[in-house]
Amino acid sequence: MTWALPLPVVIPLIAAALCTAGDHVLPRRLGDAIGVVGAAGAFAFSLVILVASEEHTRLTWFGGWTPRGHAAIGIAFVADPLGAGVAALATGLALASMLYSWSFLRHAARPYDSLMLLFGGAMAGFALAGDIFNMFVWFELMGVAAYALAGFEIKHVGPIQGAINFAVSNTVGAYMILTGIALLYARTGALNLAQIGHSLAGHKPDGLVIVALTLLVCGFLIKAAIAPFHLWLADAHAVAPAPVCALFSGVMVVIGLLGVTRCYWTVFDASLAPQAHDVRAVLVALGIFTAVLGAVMAFLQRHLKRLLAYSTISHMGIALVAIALLDEKSLGGAASLLLAHGLLKASLFLCCGILLVRFDAIDELRLHGKGRALPLVGLMFGLGAIALAGVPYVGTYLGHAQIDEGATLDGIDWVQPLLMIAAGVSSAAILRAGARIFLGWGPARDPLLSPEPPESAPERSASMPALLAVTGTLLVLGLVVSVAPGLGQRIEQAAGRARDRIAYVDRVLRDHERPAPPRPPVAVEPTTTDSVLYGIGGTLIAVGLALAGLYRRRLPELVRAPLRSALGPPLQVLRLAHSGVVGDYVAWITVGTAVVGGLWALLLRG
Amino acid sequence: MSFLPYAVAAWVCLVGLYGIVTSRNLIHLALCLTVMQSSTYLLLLAIGYVKGGGPPIFKGVKLGTTSVDPVVQALTLTDIVVSVTVIALILALALDVHKQAGTVDPDEVREMSG
Repeated sequence: MTWALPLPVVIPLIAAALCTAGDHVLPRRLGDAIGVVGAAGAFAFSLVILVASEEHTRLTWFGGWTPRGHAAIGIAFVADPLGAGVAALATGLALASMLYSWSFLRHAARPYDSLMLLFGGAMAGFALAGDIFNMFVWFELMGVAAYALAGFEIKHVGPIQGAINFAVSNTVGAYMILTGIALLYARTGALNLAQIGHSLAGHKPDGLVIVALTLLVCGFLIKAAIAPFHLWLADAHAVAPAPVCALFSGVMVVIGLLGVTRCYWTVFDASLAPQAHDVRAVLVALGIFTAVLGAVMAFLQRHLKRLLAYSTISHMGIALVAIALLDEKSLGGAASLLLAHGLLKASLFLCCGILLVRFDAIDELRLHGKGRALPLVGLMFGLGAIALAGVPYVGTYLGHAQIDEGATLDGIDWVQPLLMIAAGVSSAAILRAGARIFLGWGPARDPLLSPEPPESAPERSASMPALLAVTGTLLVLGLVVSVAPGLGQRIEQAAGRARDRIAYVDRVLRDHERPAPPRPPVAVEPTTTDSVLYGIGGTLIAVGLALAGLYRRRLPELVRAPLRSALGPPLQVLRLAHSGVVGDYVAWITVGTAVVGGLWALLLRG
Repeated sequence: MSFLPYAVAAWVCLVGLYGIVTSRNLIHLALCLTVMQSSTYLLLLAIGYVKGGGPPIFKGVKLGTTSVDPVVQALTLTDIVVSVTVIALILALALDVHKQAGTVDPDEVREMSG
């Protein structure tokens, strides 16, 4: 079994090399086919690893350099179900995006396939890496491929600007991560996650550990688009081609959160476990801030991809809250939420791609009513939007229900209403856009929404059935996450194992396998009444606010005037903060890191 | 072990950050990014330094000879390789901005905000 571990990375890298080498020699379609086969192979082996890892955590040491006397001298790939699951999501979405691009970007420049393969393969490598420097290398490889993909359509200055903002913000984050890694190495002399954690265990956190924690967490949160580190994300999404956006929102941001989870539970938990509540307080605050901010910003957009990008930011905030609660249920909830969100959001972006191909526009107001010609796309768009609100037993609901349960067990039950509101508001924004485009509801002018640069379609003659098939498949998979029998329990088990540092150390350093866990029952777990009520609440907020967004002019002036004066100035400030200038973004990153580090320094050393 | 290399690394990092935040020229911005990156080299090499240690080349050297830590040098090399790609990409994008907009000032090519 261990032989399969490197394959989700090796296959796409080889396929990418073949695509590039065969450029100008192979016929166009053969090159594309190599790409798709490579992506499919990576996905297939990711699934094999995922299934195998549910029994035991799988481990392979490259070159046979196994640990000697509890010192890891080699580099390992470690597949636990959480990591293998993220690898499967990454390679699966990469495959779907490449199938979509087959028709959507038929005449794209040649490196496109290679870049997509590198992107997917590097994400899988990150999810499976058991070595912190190896994680950094995959992180950077994934980053470089993503920057190039974001700036792919160089016809306007807008895409280039978005790609530069993206590249610079994330590179600053990468250097923060590298500095954190260097500090950990200085303290422990190790780069293997299990060994770093093992060396730190039992020591009270000192200045160095706190600085390393801050740099690593904030560096990964830049990738995860958590406010105030999120500013690059909307720019990158606004300019990237739709299938690339599907990967950005579906899984790239998830990689950032996986980085935080992995580092905390294999490394920092060893030292910080007694003060976990202080770590939690800071991260929960960041998550809630992000969830609300992202939802509000989503509501102010008319450029569809930017709107969806802000909704992604909001969902990342929700997931960060769940991860930050630091319990098994909530971490499982975050994983379920991100799985459903990734599939649904990817399908929504692919719907946007279809609109772009058909109408050569991606602007909610310019598309007003035009979508009536595409009822099927409208149906998919609407279903995707409403499934993100947490309607009971649909889409992201499973994640929300697990988070509710975890938060209640932790005694922090004030977070659920906030998360419900955030999910409702960002869903409302998508529903409003969908109703305006596909039903022609509401006016075709709305001064509330930010104007955006136009975008032109890459391919006007794309094959519609192919695009619809890929989009529909992702949508259906996303919708059924909440009712897939046994999935919730399995994800919780995976989360529990990702949190078990002692078992991880035993597996990696001592080659000691735990007995296989009992197989969870194959059944849909009933959820609590509270969760159902929160789900219904989120849905009502989504539908109500979407209608209010469309028809707010019909509200009596008595209601509108105070609302306008109360909400206008803060919204203006928010808009100004999202300035589109990369220097400002890096300034926010610096301030955010300083605040997070300062708070932790105060709380954790006390 | 002297604190000087660590202080210099922190200073170089902050200088680079300041440059990125205030930059009005994309080429300058890319170079500031490399300045910030240099701080990671300094930090890594300072961590691996051993007083009196020779280079970590063990061919023809007596067993047990002190040497500096080879791991951080490998990390530094990897870091250089990875970052060169990023910088090359950013410079290429800056070139494209200049072709399209005739300027490399990030404040002047602002098409997206809010």
